[in-house]
Amino acid sequence: MRIKLEKRREPSMAMLVTTPIASVLLTMLIGIVVFDLIGIDGFKAVVDIFLSPLLVSYKWQDVAVKAAPLIIIALGLSMGNRAQVWNIGAEGQYVIGALCSAGVGIAFGQTGGFFVVLLMIAAGVAGGGLWAAVPAWLRTKFNVNEILSSLMLTYVSFQVLGYLVGGPWKDPNGRNFPATAPLADSQTLPVWPDSTVHLGVLIALILPFVFWVIMARSEFGYQVRVVGSSTTAARHGGFDSKRTIWATLIIGGAMAGLAGAFEFVGVLHKMDLGFPSGYGFTAIIVAFLGRLNPFGCLIAGIVLAVTYVGGQMAQTSVHIPNSTAGIFQAMMLFFILASDILVRYRIRLIASTKAAGV
Amino acid sequence: MASPARLELTGITKRFPGVLANDNVGFSVKPGEIHALLGENGAGKSTLVKMIYGIMQPDAGEIRWDGQRISVPNPKVARKLGIGMVFQHFSLFEAMTVLENIALGMDAKIPARELESRILAVMGQYGLKLEPHRIVSTLSVGERQRIEIVRALLLNPKLLIMDEPTSVLTPQEVEQLFAVLRKLAEEGCSILYISHKLHEIKALCDTATILRGGQLVDTCDPAVETSRSMAEKMIGGSLKDISRVAGREFGATKLAVKALSLAADGPFGTALSDISFNVRAGEIFGVAGVAGNGQNALLLALSGEATNADPASVTVDGVAVGHMQARARRGHGMGSVPEERNGHAAVPIFTLADNAVLTARDRLGMVRAGLIDAKAARTYAGEVIEAFSVKATGPGAMAESLSGGNLQKYIMGREILQKPQVLIVSQPTWGVDAGAAAAIHQALVDLAATGSAIVVISQDLDELLSLCDTMAVINGGRLSRPMAVADAKIDEIGLLMGGIHGDVAHAH
Ligand SMILES: Nc1ncnc2c1ncn2[C@@H]1O[C@H](COP(=O)(O)OP(=O)(O)OP(=O)(O)O)[C@@H](O)[C@H]1O
Ligand SMILES: [Mg+2]
Repeated sequence: MRIKLEKRREPSMAMLVTTPIASVLLTMLIGIVVFDLIGIDGFKAVVDIFLSPLLVSYKWQDVAVKAAPLIIIALGLSMGNRAQVWNIGAEGQYVIGALCSAGVGIAFGQTGGFFVVLLMIAAGVAGGGLWAAVPAWLRTKFNVNEILSSLMLTYVSFQVLGYLVGGPWKDPNGRNFPATAPLADSQTLPVWPDSTVHLGVLIALILPFVFWVIMARSEFGYQVRVVGSSTTAARHGGFDSKRTIWATLIIGGAMAGLAGAFEFVGVLHKMDLGFPSGYGFTAIIVAFLGRLNPFGCLIAGIVLAVTYVGGQMAQTSVHIPNSTAGIFQAMMLFFILASDILVRYRIRLIASTKAAGV
Repeated sequence: MASPARLELTGITKRFPGVLANDNVGFSVKPGEIHALLGENGAGKSTLVKMIYGIMQPDAGEIRWDGQRISVPNPKVARKLGIGMVFQHFSLFEAMTVLENIALGMDAKIPARELESRILAVMGQYGLKLEPHRIVSTLSVGERQRIEIVRALLLNPKLLIMDEPTSVLTPQEVEQLFAVLRKLAEEGCSILYISHKLHEIKALCDTATILRGGQLVDTCDPAVETSRSMAEKMIGGSLKDISRVAGREFGATKLAVKALSLAADGPFGTALSDISFNVRAGEIFGVAGVAGNGQNALLLALSGEATNADPASVTVDGVAVGHMQARARRGHGMGSVPEERNGHAAVPIFTLADNAVLTARDRLGMVRAGLIDAKAARTYAGEVIEAFSVKATGPGAMAESLSGGNLQKYIMGREILQKPQVLIVSQPTWGVDAGAAAAIHQALVDLAATGSAIVVISQDLDELLSLCDTMAVINGGRLSRPMAVADAKIDEIGLLMGGIHGDVAHAH
């Protein structure tokens, strides 16, 4: 018996759906084995990380609040990836979005209300979009790879954050920590009664439908898909590749900025050095695990949020560091990328009945 | 008993989801025989030879080699047995030399010096002209094919498979190729030859096996058949001639090209210089020429995929469109079909319906309020499939799942059914079988009869002579003086085309 890869005529839908699920299961399985090998109760650790947050109802709100930014950012990134635009600087766009939002909040002082909150959110969207416009400009004008430029801008955004919260925006009434003053109550997002679930979570549930319509039904989504699969065919069809790069990068940045604004206005209410939480990077995993499909992003966002919450739970129950969740997340990305080949190729077992006449 | 056949197939069957590509096919090829494999687009020819060469495995049936039953799990084993194959699309590295490319394709490691002397020996033996140290990107298509042939010959093949080798060659190159193949056959090498050009089959092959819908329908002697009779065996019906209304009059000028010049696109592109011609309503204008003389650039410049600073360099119905991009030009009634179907005229991983949207969305109103009307796209794709007898599972089939000729038919149909005022097509029947080629030609003639102006860029002189009213030759990015096909002299056209290496470059 020999194993051979044969190209499929059409990508397999079944594999498209089952490989992400298999990746998650495989990650759990390997987790169990590896933890057992290093002397930790692997089964318990995996159950805590992947299942407990779903089983105990008071953790649901944590999952929802963490899933929201992941979903929102991943939606924007998947659109870019469909056009072969690789923005990996969503974390920076997320931070800049939140900072813009904070800037508006500070400018309004104690004044709040619907319009101020709306303006803060809009500022977040605009800030994230503008931050992503820089790599778009560099790519279309000078052919600078957006992977590098967007990533480097992330580090720039951290410096901007440090400067603002440690200097001009530092809370004058605080304990001299580098942090802004908390938002007035009238400046925060509405939350579900007796919970931490803010309005942004609802929007994160609605946006996948919006993105699905754009990607699957609109001419713009079509343009993105054509540019992503062949710029020559796009030119033949009359689509401008450069404009598509601009648009998808800015939309990706705007989504990250929106997530940042929600996190600030809906959850944290102040900016400090701990604001960058890695959502922008984890969202890359969400996008791939969700197969760049808006509904896939919704589900994958929840799965990754579960591992975040579960990681914290496992910290106390099996005494493994919180960063263990990160290892699991990385493993999932690894498996999903590796299993990609099964979508385009099929495995054939060839019985070597008789050796070829040599 | 006589010596066993070189290759004998029995009961070969290969099924793909939804298609039986080969159904119980059996025939044999004698040593030294040149054996043609004929059939319509999608008949299963490529699939069959891929199984002989080990790229695919048959579901059932057996392959015998010199009387021994064999299995060919991969091409490497095939090559060891003495089976060579030359594909229509070459796998060469542009930036490397001929020698390096051949070395990379060898299974065994051979020192460069020894390889070079063996290459020179093989080339000398068969009269193949090729410079081992030239960079591939500077070579013509014919020369590139020679690399593939040399690569195959270095292995002393006992069977050489060629899948549509001549669709990209000039008539002279075809003659040279045939000389090589005849010499090989004389020395006892068998040749399995796939082509849609039936007069070539008559000139070259000893036997022809005809497939239809995956089944073997006939084996015949091309010498006693006519091109027409073989074509009719392939399609299982009678072939139609192009019918046109006699004594047609041309209308006003629809497409006017004036002093069109365009810088070369990259180091290997060809610049266009000072091209002028007019095409009237109802006229079919042919552009002949050897590949690589600016045909691509001309198509891009006319279709709007390359724009020109001077708006008046291209006018459609009196409107200067030279500065407009493809989409805007379509808005003025222009349509185009580039020669490369995969990734240029069509997106391989899109369905046929989605591919309809690519060029037909504006003219046929498939976009409303920014949203694509998927039903309109499906309906139109269905109409094209129906009108051009495209073999596909339906509008939802992926473009890449169609056989080469069928995708070509679909793309041609997609443009023609939009009834463009001006249509520019390149290699309209490239890889298309005789029946379908006739259908495409007829559709072009019918479109012209409705008052459209058509430009056909083709390397197939016979196609241009039978289809066009007027033609010109492109050479080194310049276009010769147009001549009426009725009084064109073949020798003159041949000379203009052959002028590639300098002599007749300035024909006007
Ligand atoms: N890998 C595959 N998966 C599914 N269907 C396939 C595959 N390869 C070929 N087919 C189908 O099998 C049939 C035969 O295809 P094949 O490429 O052998 O045709 P062909 O005779 O070479 O045609 P052409 O003259 O157009 O090149 C077609 O219907 C094609 O769509
Ligand atoms: Mg074929």
